[in-house]
Amino acid sequence: MSQRPLAATGAHVHSSPAAEPPLLSVRKLRIEFPGRRGTLVAIDDVSFDVARGEILGMVGESGAGKSLTGAAIIGLLEPPGRIAGGEILLHGEPIHSLPPAAMREIRGRRIAMIFQDPLTSLNPLFTIGQQLTETILAHLDIGLQAARRRALDLLTEVGIPAPEQRIDHYPHQFSGGMRQRVVIALALCAAPELIIADEPTTALDVSVQAQIIALLRRLCREHRTAVILVTHDMGVIAETADRVAVMYAGRLAEIGPVREVVQHPRHPYTRGLMGSIPVLGADVHRLVQIDGAMPRLNAIPTGCAFHPRCKDAFERCRLERPDLMAAGPTRAACWLYPPSPNPEPTP
Amino acid sequence: MSVEQALPLLRVADLKCVFDVSRPLLNRILERQPRRWLKAVDGVSFTIDRGETFALVGESGCGKSTVARLVVGLYEPSAGSIAFDGQDVAKITSGTERQALRRRFQMIFQDPYASLNPRWRVERIVAEPIRVFGLMRDARKISERVAELLTQVGLSPADGSKYPHEFSGGQRQRICIARALANNPEFLVCDEPTSALDVSVQAQILNLMKDLQDALGLTYLFISHDLAVVRHMANRVGVMYLGRLVEIADSRTLFEDPLHPYTRMLLATIPDITMSGRRETTVTGEVPNPITPPSGCTFHPRCPLATERCRREAPELVPISANQLAACHAIGEGRSTQR
Ligand SMILES: Nc1ncnc2c1ncn2[C@@H]1O[C@H](COP(=O)(O)OP(=O)(O)O)[C@@H](O)[C@H]1O
Ligand SMILES: Nc1ncnc2c1ncn2[C@@H]1O[C@H](COP(=O)(O)OP(=O)(O)O)[C@@H](O)[C@H]1O
Ligand code: SF4
Ligand code: SF4
Ligand SMILES: [Mg+2]
Ligand SMILES: [Mg+2]
Repeated sequence: MSQRPLAATGAHVHSSPAAEPPLLSVRKLRIEFPGRRGTLVAIDDVSFDVARGEILGMVGESGAGKSLTGAAIIGLLEPPGRIAGGEILLHGEPIHSLPPAAMREIRGRRIAMIFQDPLTSLNPLFTIGQQLTETILAHLDIGLQAARRRALDLLTEVGIPAPEQRIDHYPHQFSGGMRQRVVIALALCAAPELIIADEPTTALDVSVQAQIIALLRRLCREHRTAVILVTHDMGVIAETADRVAVMYAGRLAEIGPVREVVQHPRHPYTRGLMGSIPVLGADVHRLVQIDGAMPRLNAIPTGCAFHPRCKDAFERCRLERPDLMAAGPTRAACWLYPPSPNPEPTP
Repeated sequence: MSVEQALPLLRVADLKCVFDVSRPLLNRILERQPRRWLKAVDGVSFTIDRGETFALVGESGCGKSTVARLVVGLYEPSAGSIAFDGQDVAKITSGTERQALRRRFQMIFQDPYASLNPRWRVERIVAEPIRVFGLMRDARKISERVAELLTQVGLSPADGSKYPHEFSGGQRQRICIARALANNPEFLVCDEPTSALDVSVQAQILNLMKDLQDALGLTYLFISHDLAVVRHMANRVGVMYLGRLVEIADSRTLFEDPLHPYTRMLLATIPDITMSGRRETTVTGEVPNPITPPSGCTFHPRCPLATERCRREAPELVPISANQLAACHAIGEGRSTQR
């Protein structure tokens, strides 16, 4: 992949000149929905990085804010939703406040998107070949012949049988699983650095889901494409991601290496979430149960948003909001892991 | 009494359900198209014992919901029989007998919202089956029963005066369960009862279903596409593919020693959440169009063990051992390798 020059402004590039900024950096992101009955804060103080070629899983229950976070990154937040605070940096350059035309340049070319329903990304009136070549021509400086060849290569890569014939077919002529493969090919057209995949397998049958997940993982490894994989399915994350971010009520509850978060979750919510998933081979009569439900946006509790449901809650949890703090190899927003009194200087 | 105990609570034999999916007559004439039929359920047999949970699992479109609807009488079978507690349901003609039988089983659906009348208060929703079957007349008794039911499913009696939209998805499913329990049924058909819910809410509902089963001695036909959920809930499991049962076994055997190649493929799709290392079965292909199913064994285009015979001849579901049945030629021919 070609090296892209960094903007020389320096203002947002990290202080240490030696360290290259991460591919994507989300800093204190806040998303609001202004309304007549007051402003709803849907995403509150969310920060995380994505490294080149890394697969970051983003899990949480419906309404936790996963899709909004993805939409904000790729600049597709629908009004009245708006970024009310924080920043989103691509290679250290802010992209959250770019004019629409500049954002369109980035979309598809440097950050691509895969949605749950493949038909969202496909135009029913054009053949998949037309859609692939159009996307390739829009982003890469090559001729029509070369674009069609690249389209064929991509279809082969994503496992479409007989691509020479299938390239001239329309979306409705493909099965659900094959359509999602086409959408992955479409996302890969311009060799983006980051793909945001929002529940890419949720609408698919389990046997197709397994194939699509394996494909996405293999292609992103081969192309060194980073992925933010948004899903409510912890199993998919466990199989695919390098790191995982757990969202709860518009905030990050825990983030860390997937093995740690899945096998030794530190945050009480993550622990409850993991325990509530039926697992083969674990002969339990009852599952771990988190009582209650995630709060609505207009009734987010004070302090730690999880405190009314948390068995470990104590006084401080009701009063003070925890930031992400080191909890062994992961970071958890929980007062069970208070920073040590003599903090080491953070690098 | 002992003879009655030995009877399965439900016996389904060679059940079939065919849907007419032809285009409208005029189109058929203009486009010279023949009538088209879809065999949603194509000769399914199983039994469910009192107090057990029997699960049906399979990918979407394999006929699970159609079986559920046939069992509770929402669809007429095209062929085959359903016997509840030894009585052939089709042979019951008297209205009162049918009513008496109908009271003994209930159904819970996937979408708890669609099955609740949004304009009714919860107390009226839960009391409806009591009124329909006329089991209680006294208004005060009915409201006591409703309060008891709401408590039983983990809601509060005060919730009775609210409307469905005031509840979360998990609470709505609790309301559906309370309604289903209103007439003290013995048997619940649960069609993907937690598929629309988040995992933490799913855990609440699955726990509730197990508690109720323990407390009330309920028998469940439990339908799900999620194999881990099925493993957690069921004593015995039937695996469906394109309208047919391809394997039935007790839950432990099915998950530890699956025989049918499709069962093995399905098990390989379960994400390895314990991260203990992957199974080696490869997953390929997709479920074909059920209107034009493949010949012979309908799984043959996706089966690594398929032979010429499989393309010609549909295998019967036959007993392989005391608690395992499978429909696959390779097993009888000794070509199915142990895992
Ligand atoms: N247009 C909107 N107006 C008000 N609230 C919204 C709007 N869109 C999303 N939300 C709220 O934002 C929260 C996060 O939504 P979303 O990111 O879609 O969740 P997830 O993808 O994790 O299921 C939810 O509580 C949702 O209700
Ligand atoms: N009322 C109906 N009319 C026509 N086809 C139907 C009807 N109900 C179900 N089908 C078809 O029958 C097959 C089995 O459906 P269903 O029982 O809903 O499967 P499952 O619950 O396993 O997903 C599917 O191909 C479905 O499209
Ligand atoms: S901060 Fe307190 S309430 Fe929140 S998760 Fe930690 S222990 Fe529980
Ligand atoms: S009958 Fe043949 S095609 Fe069908 S599952 Fe067995 S081996 Fe495979
Ligand atoms: Mg979403
Ligand atoms: Mg169904």
